[in-house]
Amino acid sequence: METLLLLMLLPPLAGAALNGIFGRRFSQGLVSAIGCGSAGLAAVFAILAALTSHLGPDSPPFVHSYFTWIEAGSFRADFALYYDRLTLIMTLVVTVIGFLIHMYSRGYMEHEGGYYRFFCYLNLFLFMMLVLVTAASYPVMFVGWEGVGLCSYVLIGFYFPKKSASDAGKKAFIVTRIGDAGFTVGAALLFWTFGSVNFPELFPRVAALGLGDQQRALTAACLLLFLGAVGKSAQLPLYVWLPDAMEGPTPVSALIHAATMVTAGVYMVARSNVLFVHAPEALKTVSAVGCITAFFAATIALCQNDLKRMLAYSTISQLGYMFAGCGVAVFSSGIFHLMTHACFKALLFLAAGSVMHAMSGELDMRIMGGLRRKLPITFWTFLVATLAISGVPGLAGFFSKDDILAAAYNGPLGAPWLYWLLTVTAGLTAFYMFRGLFMTFCGKSRVPHDLEHHVHESSSKMTVPLMILAVFSVVAGYVGIPKVLGGSEAFDRFLEPVFGGSQGLLAANGVVAQHPASDLVLMIGSLTAAGLGILIAYWFYLRSPEIPEGLATAFSGAYRTLVNKYYVDEFYNWLIVHPLVVGSRKFLWQFVDVGVVDGAVNGSAEATADVGQVLRRIQSGNIRSYAAWVLLGAVGWLGYLLLR
Amino acid sequence: MIPLSHILLLSVILFTLGAAGFIIRRNVITVFMCIELMLNAVNLAFIAFARRLPGLDGQLFVFFVIVVAAAEAAVGLAIIVALYRNRNSLAIDDVDSMKL
Amino acid sequence: MEILFYIFGVVAIVAALSVVFQRTPVYSALSLIVVLAALAVIYLLLGAPFIAMVQVIVYAGAIMVLFVLVIMLLNAGHEGPSAHRAKFARWVGPPLLLAFLVEFGVIVWKQYGLTGAASAPALDASPAAIGRLLFKSYILPFEVTSILILVAVLGAVVLAKKQL
Repeated sequence: METLLLLMLLPPLAGAALNGIFGRRFSQGLVSAIGCGSAGLAAVFAILAALTSHLGPDSPPFVHSYFTWIEAGSFRADFALYYDRLTLIMTLVVTVIGFLIHMYSRGYMEHEGGYYRFFCYLNLFLFMMLVLVTAASYPVMFVGWEGVGLCSYVLIGFYFPKKSASDAGKKAFIVTRIGDAGFTVGAALLFWTFGSVNFPELFPRVAALGLGDQQRALTAACLLLFLGAVGKSAQLPLYVWLPDAMEGPTPVSALIHAATMVTAGVYMVARSNVLFVHAPEALKTVSAVGCITAFFAATIALCQNDLKRMLAYSTISQLGYMFAGCGVAVFSSGIFHLMTHACFKALLFLAAGSVMHAMSGELDMRIMGGLRRKLPITFWTFLVATLAISGVPGLAGFFSKDDILAAAYNGPLGAPWLYWLLTVTAGLTAFYMFRGLFMTFCGKSRVPHDLEHHVHESSSKMTVPLMILAVFSVVAGYVGIPKVLGGSEAFDRFLEPVFGGSQGLLAANGVVAQHPASDLVLMIGSLTAAGLGILIAYWFYLRSPEIPEGLATAFSGAYRTLVNKYYVDEFYNWLIVHPLVVGSRKFLWQFVDVGVVDGAVNGSAEATADVGQVLRRIQSGNIRSYAAWVLLGAVGWLGYLLLR
Repeated sequence: MIPLSHILLLSVILFTLGAAGFIIRRNVITVFMCIELMLNAVNLAFIAFARRLPGLDGQLFVFFVIVVAAAEAAVGLAIIVALYRNRNSLAIDDVDSMKL
Repeated sequence: MEILFYIFGVVAIVAALSVVFQRTPVYSALSLIVVLAALAVIYLLLGAPFIAMVQVIVYAGAIMVLFVLVIMLLNAGHEGPSAHRAKFARWVGPPLLLAFLVEFGVIVWKQYGLTGAASAPALDASPAAIGRLLFKSYILPFEVTSILILVAVLGAVVLAKKQL
């Protein structure tokens, strides 16, 4: 098993090394063969590992330490990998979807520059993400955490000659850094309190605690870890980097900012479920933040005209859903939504890439329209994904979203307001997604003349992954059909060994909902919201397109606020960025660096020179003076002898 | 018997006079002669101390000092001659090009 | 006998003063010869006859002759007007010299007292005895100094030549 895990991890790393060092001389075919080949190998070994893992309901997780990495006093962090059912699911999601996106990139990046660079970074990202999900301790997870952050930075800034792209890369890295600081301090706090940061040691120690022990330390640590997740997974208030990250190539947006990297935060919270469950205050914070973020981002997505930006805010919103799921202690539902979301969100982004290719790089939906005639495959796959994300029954998104909504109302730590807000968000989601669909593909074409002749369906290199993902978006939900509809909830039961303890703990301590409602009723509520959203979108954008414009002018203030994303970026700029820059320039640069440091260094040089100037007058060249100096020395020495 | 301290005092006085000449005089040859005066003062001290130790080593030392003084005088005067040929001056203050 | 020492001591001091304060270099050279002669007598008094003779023959007889020869060769007349340099030596020198003298005097006094500490009786310091010591224990320095003289001769010839 340990070799299988290694075999899964190493091909992407090797592929990155090969493409990175020698890729400049390779042909495009060879580069993509190495890149997709290593991703494919990783997927194969991930599947093999899943099949041969034999993880029964009661088997302990597989842990293997490969070598000692850090050993300092009682702090020990080995390079150890951890494989349980949660890891199984995560590795499958990451490698399979990663492989599909690698294949898509073959076609998408064909005419862009830096082909080998792209595949090198993409492979490196895959390696780092796999390290993250198979890590057996917080330090190793942090290695993967930072690694994916690095790859995100280089990939967002892939077109670095363009200033907005390099700025976006920097913004992503710096904002997530704030979260990373929280992660580090949280892990340190855990070490301080419990003596270990390795999962096999730490989790049993925490599980053995009673419900009120070490409450403050645990809550603080969990909140700090969650801060890391807030940064990495783009929740309020650290979400601002994700929309700007759309400057990167579309496969990057699909892989990193939809399917995998941004889900790292959710994975981390789910992995640490033992800790969070013993700190209910932290869990409540998680669900509140997730829920509010989901709503907030959905409102912004309503008015965005750039296709990718709209999808970015949608990602933020859906991530909020996942965190809400974890926050109400249905961790398996959160992970379930992670899995289904990875499928249809990746599909949405890849389809957007296909549209972008057809529109010669243009993404403004206001000058699209009627594209379904010329891009049929793209249209149908996009439609499938839109249905899925809107929670239409029969597709993946419905089942996962519903689980979360049910638990938000009924579950332990649930509250009605969470449910209502999430349901409204579901309605908004359906609305803006269908708005996007209608504006892009349906109705009369608004495409300007100079772009029109270029509109064509993409090559099979790009459409085949789209179709595969569309299939996944449909069937992935069927592993978790809720009991209400006669299903077996297989997914939940699959992840029982990972999460069961936590959920049992909460139930045992009598934390239940105040007003339980039937699951069926709740389901009908969410369906209604989704249906309303779709209908209103249809009415606004296909039947009577003048209504949205009328609303925009009528509520121009609200409209402008939404279009400008609540002016959050401007606020951060005023509050943090501008003072920092000015402070750095005025104080740190001019005063400290030039004045103090340079002053000290130059000053000591000048002082030495001045002393030298004084001392050189002794070397007059005059022999009599030299003799006098010698005499002076002799007199001094004799005087010393005398006085001794 | 002559007290040792008297002999040493004489030696010291001669030495100091030699040093005084070295510092005060400006003619190169005179300065050189004052150096010889200092050497002789030291010789006197050696002889004075030689009597206190068994053996004649102190006197032998004086012998060697005289020999070396001879060699030094020869070379030094040759240098002074060369110096005079180049600068046409015997003032010691004119020999000051090795300065910072 | 001791009185001779004091007489010749005074002679040496006076001649030394003359060396230092004479205007003309030739007079300084001649005064130096007087100093050397006085010192030779004192050596005799202190029981070093051979050294006394060597002093007269080599030092006064050869070295000083060389000095006088060079003075006359270079026609070193009166010293020129006082140079405006060497301020340090002119101002600091004399006080230092005084301090030097006083310190040394005090050291000698403290170490050996003003009277007493008489020296031992004279040993056999004949040329034979000196020769024996020279060619037995001090043969190496003897040979080295002979090479030194050779080198000095060569050096003097090279340095003083008009043209190499």
